[in-house]
Amino acid sequence: MTMRTMQPGEELKSVTLPPVSRLDLIKYAGASGDFNPIHTIDEEAENAGLPGIIAHGMWTMGNLTQLFTPYLEDGLVTDYHIRFRGMVFLDDVLTLTATLTERDGKHLTFDIGTVKTNGDTVLAGQAVYELYE
Amino acid sequence: MFEQSIGKRSEKVKNTVERGAVKKFAEAIGDLHPLYIDEAYGQRSRFGENIAPPTFPRVFAYGAIEGLVLPPKGLIHGEQRYHYTRPLLVGEDVYCFLEVKNYEEKAGKSGQMGILTLGGHGLDDAGEAIFTSEQVIIISAAVRRMMRV
Repeated sequence: MTMRTMQPGEELKSVTLPPVSRLDLIKYAGASGDFNPIHTIDEEAENAGLPGIIAHGMWTMGNLTQLFTPYLEDGLVTDYHIRFRGMVFLDDVLTLTATLTERDGKHLTFDIGTVKTNGDTVLAGQAVYELYE
Repeated sequence: MFEQSIGKRSEKVKNTVERGAVKKFAEAIGDLHPLYIDEAYGQRSRFGENIAPPTFPRVFAYGAIEGLVLPPKGLIHGEQRYHYTRPLLVGEDVYCFLEVKNYEEKAGKSGQMGILTLGGHGLDDAGEAIFTSEQVIIISAAVRRMMRV
């Protein structure tokens, strides 16, 4: 698959992540500086009315961008826009997807998303990739 | 609640795209691509340097906006955008600030909730934009009631 020949309807290679672990979220808290305790400490999540800790939305979005990483030397992702649609809990298994919807010269527009095994959408949005000359 | 903050900005804060921070971040999002972490690979790339993942600006400091005090807990991240004119290069300085783009209130199931839109900016040494970001934060009715106390 290359961005130069890809056609609408085609997908980037999807990725299914290992089940979400507490360590994933502790690492993201440390790396991002987002120490909101609902992402790492059970008691704090329960006090906030949640059944358990939830992943940082930005952890999921950060994972999603890996679909485009192999293509970053041929072009720039000028735009990422996502809406958070559902919470991610420990042991959830997430699949990351990107489908080309439109190509206009050097601009490629993708629908991007993350879904759980049960089909629930965690986040969804668009990315625009611009090929270098 | 934050209507009077619309249009207000923070003072620019100087950040550096630190090599170690990029590696730690790439690892935390499961994306240890050599373009992010392998120095020799970065030098050979078209950028002449390693770059940072697109959501790395989460790490930067943006400064405080006068009069905008958000509760440390209970906020919901509704939406996120990034717009780039070029990738962030490892080692470069980035000057970041935040602005309040919008605030509105809507009737939710348990009362009025607030919807706050913050814009982030990252500029290079010459003052040119590298990226802009937009974050939509939902302040639930319950959190709004706590903030009044």
